[in-house]
Amino acid sequence: MTKLLYLSTAILVGGTVAASANADLQKMMDDPNQWVIQTGDYANQRYSDLDQINKDNVGDLQVAWSFSTGVLRGHEGSPLVVGDVMYVHTPFPNTVYALDLNNEGRILWKYEPKQDPNVIAVMCCDTVNRGVAYADGKIILSRADTVVDAIDAKTGKLVWSVTNGDPSKGETNTATVMPVKDKVLVGISGGEYGVRGYVTAYNLSDGSMAWRAYSTGPDDEMLVDPEKTTQLGKPVGKDSSLNSWEGDQWKIGGGTTWGWYSYDPDLNLVYYGTGNPSTWNPSQRPGDNKWSMTIFARDADTGEAKWVYQMTPHDEWDYDGVNEMILTDQEVDGQMRKLLTHFDRNGFAYTLDRENGELLVAQKYDPAVNWATEVNMDPDSDQYGRPQVVAEYSTQENGEDVNTTGICPTALGTKDQQPASYSPKTQTFYVPTNHVCMDYEPFMVSYTAGQPYVGATLSMYPAPNSHGGMGNFIAWDNINGKIKWSIPEPFSVWSGALATAGNVVFYGTLEGYLKAVDADTGDELYRFKTPSGIIGNVMTYTHDGKQYVAVLSGVGGWAGIGLAAGLTDPANADAWQKAAGRASTGRELGSEERNVATAGLGAVGGYAALSDYTALGGTLTVFQLPN
Amino acid sequence: MLKLSLAPAAAAAAACLLAAGAAQAQTETPAADNITATHEEDGRYYTADDIPTFHIADDGTVDWLTYSGYRRYHSECHVCHGPDGEGSSYAPALKDSVMQIDYYDFVNVVTNGREHVDSSNTNVMPSFGDNANVMCYLDDIYVYLKARGSGELPRGRPEKHDPKPDSVRAAEKSCLGL
Repeated sequence: MTKLLYLSTAILVGGTVAASANADLQKMMDDPNQWVIQTGDYANQRYSDLDQINKDNVGDLQVAWSFSTGVLRGHEGSPLVVGDVMYVHTPFPNTVYALDLNNEGRILWKYEPKQDPNVIAVMCCDTVNRGVAYADGKIILSRADTVVDAIDAKTGKLVWSVTNGDPSKGETNTATVMPVKDKVLVGISGGEYGVRGYVTAYNLSDGSMAWRAYSTGPDDEMLVDPEKTTQLGKPVGKDSSLNSWEGDQWKIGGGTTWGWYSYDPDLNLVYYGTGNPSTWNPSQRPGDNKWSMTIFARDADTGEAKWVYQMTPHDEWDYDGVNEMILTDQEVDGQMRKLLTHFDRNGFAYTLDRENGELLVAQKYDPAVNWATEVNMDPDSDQYGRPQVVAEYSTQENGEDVNTTGICPTALGTKDQQPASYSPKTQTFYVPTNHVCMDYEPFMVSYTAGQPYVGATLSMYPAPNSHGGMGNFIAWDNINGKIKWSIPEPFSVWSGALATAGNVVFYGTLEGYLKAVDADTGDELYRFKTPSGIIGNVMTYTHDGKQYVAVLSGVGGWAGIGLAAGLTDPANADAWQKAAGRASTGRELGSEERNVATAGLGAVGGYAALSDYTALGGTLTVFQLPN
Repeated sequence: MLKLSLAPAAAAAAACLLAAGAAQAQTETPAADNITATHEEDGRYYTADDIPTFHIADDGTVDWLTYSGYRRYHSECHVCHGPDGEGSSYAPALKDSVMQIDYYDFVNVVTNGREHVDSSNTNVMPSFGDNANVMCYLDDIYVYLKARGSGELPRGRPEKHDPKPDSVRAAEKSCLGL
């Protein structure tokens, strides 16, 4: 790549004096040569029009260059490319590097915020950060300690800084931000600490607060209008959240907002989901616990909620609703519809009309899902839109201090935050998934500010009666609610996917492979083992007219906690499932046939330890075709 | 025989005292056996040095504290230290740690936390001193991890366990302030 040396120094960052920051940003997002926000575009499709690398030549892919981030913990998110500069972020301490693509990745500037390390101790599941965003000539970094820094994209100097939460109460941040018009949307983490979730819009110019909307509590604090805000076409009514909790529990009731955000410029609506209600012990918080586990559609200017849809009322399994909302325009029954597709932790993939929140499809995207039979689709039923819970797997029904066994999916969900991708060419979604089940025993806990507020014991194991692996990478038809094809993976797929016009789909694996598969068939076309397990998201860009694919390695996050030592030996798990089941509930647990099948999984290597395959280390790897 | 009559339920209140006493404990001759239970008191088991320990009967039945420790560990510790005390990508395997440090150091670290932050490490153990969900079950978690570290308790949920002793029930209530 000596060629790069001879390139003239180009302008580092696009014009910052554009008439409208929003129009400018939209233009940059539409340009497939750049990757300016984490999700690629507002629709969260993670699709690129680039096709130099395609299904015929992707097998020739090779490493162009790599870069060590200097940080060991879990690396989520991806780099950005704005003009001729690449921006790379790290987990805590949340360092940001600006790399000069004209000069073999030389470091233009490095920004390292000073943060109190005590915040590390209140981050429930590793110190991950899902990356920076570009807007208005600034790089926006939402730090672990909830401080949001706007950094001059050219100089690396701090422009403004604002504090979004209080880590001493367990409020932290792992998410990226989404710039919209003249504002930037920021979420909050801490559902395992009883944090009351909220989303905040700050003004891009100076960091002043424009609006804040809570997930729970009084209508005015949620920016919910009892008459105008609807769920499944009906107004939510007065005190919709307050009525769904006992006493003041909503104040420590979770519904945090640590996932992804999307935006429809025509409807001027932003979309996101809220997390689990606190605690994990459902018996301690009677009611539907609104609006945890909910898809929100809010006005981008005022924050007012247009519609909501609670997917898992009164959660009993920690199925956070924070996964990304992917916006597409597709034909349904001969009519073009503005759709929103969401792969929820609870194992159902939802297709809704994003204009009014009408529920069109809700189907399981892993056949192992068993906690509910279906989502009721009858508008005349009092159960409309609600999952039909199977009593055997209800941790509420079985009660405190009872170990409910064999629940699929596990608390990590059939999919966690790792974002899916959509190709308009194939009209198919490509989804990284977990294939793991669990036992769940809730018990009484007391709340202390800034301390974990969990209240359940979990153990996890690969889905029974299956291939023995802990993950799948699937192709999904969101109109018919069907899996097109599925690639079994030994470990959960914890990396965000990328689909391209070259009919290639990329994703990373926990062992550290970057894989490329055929968008039509799922056939593997390429794999390369990077230095560490991949929990980052694949992105693509061009420089000097040539297409590159980049991904962060660095194992960690929930995957690094749950899978580092491997899951419980299913044979052993099975033995104690039976024993514990009889002892604590007096009920038999499933058929002998199932038990035998579960025990047999060991042979497939389903409980292999991730630590036998990979070790810590943050590295960026950039791929290219040979010259 | 020196009687260390510290009920686990009182551990929270006595935590500071224990931490202070740790230095003194270290100067004493280390116990020959930090694992074997030599006596039982109201369903709790102790070594010859009156250090809490686990008990597994011939048919695999574990004592209540070990079972309770399994549950508490997987509620409070597991999100960093991984399942069954096995460690995670960044946090140490506590089943091994408890075999290397003594009881008083264990209590001290859980109560006061520990920080290891430099150019290559970002490890911070929080202080659980004011968390009743941890402090009221310190001995439970300790004996569970010792059972794991000694190799006598396999991974996963203990199959059979002793019933919850009345004295433990009473101590738990007063510790949690219920």
